[in-house]
Amino acid sequence: MQFPIYLDYSATTPVDPRVAAKMAECLTLEANFGNPASRSHMFGWKAEEAVETARRQVADLINCDPREIVWTSGATEADNLAIKGAAHFYAKKGKHIITSKIEHKAVLDSCRQLEREGYEVTYLDPSAAGIISPESVAAAIRPDTTLVSLMHVNNEIGVINDIAAIGKITRENKVIFHVDAAQSAGKLEIDMEQMQVDLMSLTAHKIYGPKGIGALYVRRKPRVRIEPQMHGGGHERGMRSGTLATHQIVGMGEAYRIAKEEMHSENERVLALRTRLLDGFKDMEEVFVNGDVDHRVAGNLNISFNFVEGESLMMALRDLAVSSGSACTSASLEPSYVLRAIGLNDELAHSSLRISLGRFTSEEEIDYSIGKIREAVEKLRELSPLWDMFKDGVDLSQVKWAAH
Amino acid sequence: MAYSDKVLDHYENPRNVGKMDDNDVNVGTGMVGAPACGDVMRLQIKVSADGVIEDAKFKTYGCGSAIASSSLLTEWVKGRSLDEATLIKNKDIADELGLPPVKIHCSVLAEDAIKAAIEDVKKKRKG
Repeated sequence: MQFPIYLDYSATTPVDPRVAAKMAECLTLEANFGNPASRSHMFGWKAEEAVETARRQVADLINCDPREIVWTSGATEADNLAIKGAAHFYAKKGKHIITSKIEHKAVLDSCRQLEREGYEVTYLDPSAAGIISPESVAAAIRPDTTLVSLMHVNNEIGVINDIAAIGKITRENKVIFHVDAAQSAGKLEIDMEQMQVDLMSLTAHKIYGPKGIGALYVRRKPRVRIEPQMHGGGHERGMRSGTLATHQIVGMGEAYRIAKEEMHSENERVLALRTRLLDGFKDMEEVFVNGDVDHRVAGNLNISFNFVEGESLMMALRDLAVSSGSACTSASLEPSYVLRAIGLNDELAHSSLRISLGRFTSEEEIDYSIGKIREAVEKLRELSPLWDMFKDGVDLSQVKWAAH
Repeated sequence: MAYSDKVLDHYENPRNVGKMDDNDVNVGTGMVGAPACGDVMRLQIKVSADGVIEDAKFKTYGCGSAIASSSLLTEWVKGRSLDEATLIKNKDIADELGLPPVKIHCSVLAEDAIKAAIEDVKKKRKG
């Protein structure tokens, strides 16, 4: 085993060696380094061909037309382009947008910007399981609603929204539907011929591709229009200017090709590892899984060890790379807004760990991690006055704390 | 975040972890912080008849810096008189442990804890 053990695949993934090999073919003088927009010579044609192959590979994974794929620098840019681009284009129809309280900051901050521009945004509440119900979307739609933006899979709790059902509602109401699929592409079946999704943000680095490359899916039938946010040479049919990064794009294409081929066997293997991990804590008291256990991507486990503070837990787990919803790990000193929105009390939010597994996680690493986590939780509970009080039968919610 | 060696040492080998009998008139308990804020400290001192802190125990729910601040504090207060112990300032703790600015509140909490414990034992003795 190599230490530290990487268990933060929801944050990013290592590049698959097969992807890195393809990328390396697009850099040097002897290789495919040309500008895909150069129409006058072989270097440009070759680069363009590589970019179009990658576009097809990305389109294949989500079963769409390659012409519906617009390259961006990542999912954050795709979210910005989709939300601001659609809101601006359809501003004459209305200025109301629907999203949820547990979206990624790229979506929430794009919505905040639109609010500053005079738009109105409805932030839907998730259920305690972390799911946005299609009914709540239907209930929030107004005559002036132009856009609904929701994530397919939540980045912290891994819970899956029913995109197909929500798409039916938005289509019936002639509202544009944007889905942030950064955490789901390559992990869940996505079929754009079946799903009535109009815009979808994609990224490479969550699925063993490189950082710095993503895409926005923009539906052609029925046609969806967006206003560009990046102006320049008119690349990507005017929707996103900027010289295409051949090596990045080729890397994303290869990563998506591999994902399409291996998704099912990989999901099965990763799910077995996660089940093994969760079983390792089965006999412990006051351990809670955050968010729905069944409607969840295979690699994600978000779990709270009550009465143990997350950062101190991570300190004891220095040879495991995990993340925490604890306030102390974020610059803002606020606990996770996602865990708060699904109704967790502050103690549990502060006590959470996000453990995310992936392609290179082994059974041996899981077994080692279970032992380490159990040991750390037991040690820190011995140190915890809250654990003492719990053991003495004190109801912590009835205690008057001197908040600071 | 990188922790100082002193924080790591106290975190890995916390001194004076434990609980004393709160019903003992010579024991003062200071419980400060709130779970909502991510840290709760319980500091207890046992005071001799002539007002010297004979023993100190703590338990802390919180980050590594909070645990280290309370652990260090128990070391410092032992053998001091109540009056001397009130002179311990959060800055002394923060300096000793090399706490970064975002963790200063942990040392503030430790100062609050010792003050609360002293007040508690004084009140008990009067009562």
